[in-house]
Formats: sequence, structure tokens, C-alpha cells
Amino acid sequence: MYTLSSKLKLTAIIFMIVGAIGLIYGFIAAPENVEEVKEMMASGHHGDEHGAVESSEINVEQLPGEGIAEEHVQEETHAAGDASHAEEAGHDDEHYEHVLHQLQNKPWSALYVAAFFFFMISLGVLAFYAIQYAAQAGWSPVLFRVMEAITAYLLPGGIIVFVILMLSGFHINHLFIWMDPEVVAHDEIIQAKTSYLNVPFFLIRAAIYLGGWILFRHLLRKNSLKMDEATDNTYFKKNFKLAAGFLVFFIVTESMMSWDWIMSLDPHWFSTLFGWFVFASLFVSGITTIAIISIYLKSRGYLEFVNDSHIHDLAKFMFGISIFWTYLWFSQFMLIWYSNIPEEVVYFITRMEDYPVLFWGMLVTNFIFPVLLLMNSDYKRVNWFVIMTGIVILCGHYLNVFVLVMPATVGESWFIGIPEISAVLLFAGLFLFVVFNSLTKAPLLVKGNPFIKESKHYHY
Amino acid sequence: MASKVLHAIYRDDDLLIQAVKQIREARYHIGEIYCPFPVHGLDKAMGLAPTRIAITSFLYGLVGLAVSIAMMNFIMIDDWPQDIGGKPSFSFFQNMPAFVPIMFELTVFFAAHLMVITFYMRSKLWPFKKAENPDVRTTDDVFLMEVDATNHDVDDLTKFLYDTGASEIKLIDNK
Repeated sequence: MYTLSSKLKLTAIIFMIVGAIGLIYGFIAAPENVEEVKEMMASGHHGDEHGAVESSEINVEQLPGEGIAEEHVQEETHAAGDASHAEEAGHDDEHYEHVLHQLQNKPWSALYVAAFFFFMISLGVLAFYAIQYAAQAGWSPVLFRVMEAITAYLLPGGIIVFVILMLSGFHINHLFIWMDPEVVAHDEIIQAKTSYLNVPFFLIRAAIYLGGWILFRHLLRKNSLKMDEATDNTYFKKNFKLAAGFLVFFIVTESMMSWDWIMSLDPHWFSTLFGWFVFASLFVSGITTIAIISIYLKSRGYLEFVNDSHIHDLAKFMFGISIFWTYLWFSQFMLIWYSNIPEEVVYFITRMEDYPVLFWGMLVTNFIFPVLLLMNSDYKRVNWFVIMTGIVILCGHYLNVFVLVMPATVGESWFIGIPEISAVLLFAGLFLFVVFNSLTKAPLLVKGNPFIKESKHYHY
Repeated sequence: MASKVLHAIYRDDDLLIQAVKQIREARYHIGEIYCPFPVHGLDKAMGLAPTRIAITSFLYGLVGLAVSIAMMNFIMIDDWPQDIGGKPSFSFFQNMPAFVPIMFELTVFFAAHLMVITFYMRSKLWPFKKAENPDVRTTDDVFLMEVDATNHDVDDLTKFLYDTGASEIKLIDNK
């Protein structure tokens, strides 16, 4: 049995508290109205408001320019003192309005990105776990309890994501512009999609995905615990069928989830391989987390039967799925870049212009780094190598989610500052707490699994 | 100088591995082992050095990548930078996404083919090569081990090999 060390518990709690405080600060610091934005931009050359400063450099010509003439007159008096901006006064007001929305979205987006990121890790682990059952893998049963513990985060994490989506649906925040009736009223493209993109259906779908995943996880875990006392393979067979069923359900719902929760942030844009792309990201993050937690537990002496070969296999998966992610990333990028159709390519243009470091840096952390470090078979057995690469991969996939979400919600006003880091800390603390707490609930070695003996002696 | 070797035939791969371990412990020298199929763990038991073919493959891959980059940079950017369908041919990086499929394929092509050729050269395999098979049965169902007997007492060694489970032992005198 695993006992939760008080140090780990304390770390998790500190993470959560610090994260919560930072996030609350992020919400308080977000401007309430246009005047505050102007004030921030005038005075703001310090720390956290860096994003706002950057945003003042955007090209106002690109902003939508409806009803400029009317506001021009009004605005002339407003910005009279501001000599340099006087000529663009009409644009200015709209510009500030635009920046205001972005800055108001900032803490919400930070919350959403971090909530989704940690949720997707546990979802990826559940998919991996189900694949191990369905494929009747002989190497992995010694790691099953670690995987089960990570999937324990599915329930709290899923509820949090669902609550954030509900808050969006009730117009508490403006993450999804298609939820705003005013936007939809002026937007024919979104109007044509309202039969799919409407709040009630959106929330019902989210409830179905989450409910399904959590139910499957619950049943798989229950059977796995019953298997410990079982004398025959009944529960293994049950889990085998459940896992196969889950994988079918998962691949459909995961794809739709990625349309709903991420792609619909940019409701004017679509991509057909988007579901796979998000899947690759969550899958590799999940496998990396399994590897990191297994190595940690092993170093504490809890996983007696996990040897270098198991770590080697996990590292191979990290390596392979990292390449798979890159393949999908590039397939999506290159097809759109090559054809250069304006309505599609704008998605990448905003990312390449406003997020150049993250957009290209992601390729380094998610592809070049793992490929070069995990190519060598010997390195895959060196635990600190796997940990180091794993941390880089996890950071890279956080950035991936960041670049998926942020350009649609905060645009060029992005910055990785207090709200973003705090949100990560908050969910990292919660994740650690839930996962390691779940590890204490059952023995770390499954019994009664027909492949456990093979797994104990697994050697590559 | 005349050399003497013993050919010991084993009928089972588990027996073979065990024999290899015993023979190495007794500090006899194993020349070659002929097997009808790959015996898992035989190289470890024999103490053979690990292969470096993966490293050569990696280097060949780098060569392929370099070749593809140099080729396309010269043809598409330096030599005749035409406007083809509006693709930006001002610099290599601006047009790189279009080159990636070729860069990838040439990397794989070089890595795979040169590695295979390296394998053939290092293991001395070619179409009209004369087969080096001491006993035709080794391609079907028996395992043959060649043990160096030059500086040993042949009778002792024969006895020893017999004890390790060899089913046939033959003395070969290479004149």
C-alpha cells in the first residue's frame, strides 16, 4: 500500500493555495471597462500588464470597422489630449473595446487552458489504460494501478471543465464568441452553425462525453479492484469488453469534444483532422505522466516489479507519440499553408504573427527535444533522462493547448503571467492531490490479472 | 599453421544457450554458432559486442537530410527562384513546409538503404557468395557450435562438450 507522504500533500496544498490566490488576483486585475484599459495602457509598463502594452502595437487597420463614422465625432473629444492618437480616435475606441474584451478573457482563458490541460492528461491515461486491456498487453499490468490513480482526476477535473463551460454558457465569460447572441446576430457564418453550436446542445454534449468517460473509468476501476480477489478471469473479461467499448465511445466523443471545446473557440474555422491532433496531444501527455509518476514511485521504493524495461517501453511510447503529434501538427499546418485559402489560413496567420515563439517553440519541445533525447535505446532506460524529457514534453503540450485556445480568446493580448502560471499551479496541486490520494486507496500491484506474471518478468 | 576445431551439434536452443554459458565459464573459445533461426539471448550468452548499425543508420539519415536540403535549396531558391503558384521562393525557410515531405523521405531513404548495404558489407553477403555452411542441417533443425581445440586436449574437450548436451561431435582439421 502506498502512503501519501505529508511533504507531497503539503506541496499539493501550497500549490493550490498559491494558485488560487494568483488566479483571484488575475480576476481582480482584469479591467472592468474601457477607461481602465486606457489607464493601464497609459501607465502600464510594469510586470503583469505587459500583455496590454504589447496589444497597443497591433495594427488597427485589421480591426473590424463598422460604425466608425458615428463614433469618430464622439471620440474626438475623448482622446483630445492624446495627440499621437488623435487621428485614429474612432478606431481607438473600438480598439480599446476590443482590448478590454481580450483582457477580461485573460484570467478565464488561463483557467480554461490549465483545467483542460490537466483533464486531458487523465483522459489520455484512460485511453492508454483501455488500449492496454483491449490489446491484452503483457508488459503493462504492473503499471495499471498508477494509470488508474491518474484517471481518478477525471471526475473532479471533468466537473471543473464542465462548470467552466456552463459559466460560458450563462455568459459569465466570453470565451466562446458564438455563445454571444449579439455576435451571432451579425454573423451569418455562425448563424449557419447554430443548429450545432447552441448552448443547450453544447452542454448536453459535454455532459454526455464527461458522463461516459467517467462511467467507463468507474466501471474499469471497480472491476480491477474486484479482480484482486477474483478466482477466475470473469472480471478481466468484463474489463476487456468494457475497454473495447470505451475505445469506440472515446474516439467518437474525443473528436466531438475537440470540436466543441477547442475548435468552436474559432467558429469561423474548421479542420478535419483536429480531433486526431488533440488526441495525439492528450495521449502523449498522458503517457508522459504515467512515466513520470511511475519513476517517482519507483524511486520511493513502491513499485517493486517495475524495471527499466517498463520505463523503456513508456519512453518508446513518449517518443513515438511525440512524432505522431508532430505528424498531425504538420499535416494540418502544411495543407493549410500550402493551399493558402484565406478563410482557413487566417487561423495560422494569427498564431504565427502573435505567438511566434510559442508556435514554433512548440515544435522544439514536442518534437526535436524528445526525438533527439529518446532515440537512443540506452537513454530510454536512464530515469532522469526520461523525467527531464517528460517535463519538457508536458510543458510543450501545455503550450500546445495554450496556442490552441488563447489566440481565439485573448488574441494578441496574451502573456504568460500571474493568472496563467497560477492556474497551472492550482490544477497541478489538485491533480497531484487527487492522483496520489487515489494511489493510497488500493495496493500498487494488481492481482488476478492473467498477464501479471508476464508483466513482472517483463524484459526487453 | 594447422588449426583444429570441434563441431558440436545441439538439437535444442535452450540446451545450446546453457552449453554456451558452460563453455564460456570453462574458458574455451567459441568460434561460430550456426542456427536455423535467431535464438533470443544467444549474443548475450556468447558475449558478443552490441551492434552499432543503428548509429550508422542515424548518421546516414543525417546525410539524407543534408542532401535533400542542399538539393532543394540550390534548385528552388538559388539557381532559379521562380514564382510557382505564389509560393515564397525568397529563402529556404519561407518555403520550407513544401520541402518537408521530400526532406523526410530522403532521410528515411538514406537511413534505410545505406544501413541495409552496410549490413550486407559487414556480414559479407552478396548474390553469388558461396554459402559457408558446415552442415546442411543447421538451416533446418540443428544448432552447430564451432569450438576452438587448437591448444586444448581434444579428448577432454570432447568429453566436456558431450557433458553439455551435444548430440554429435566432430573433429575438423583445417590444414
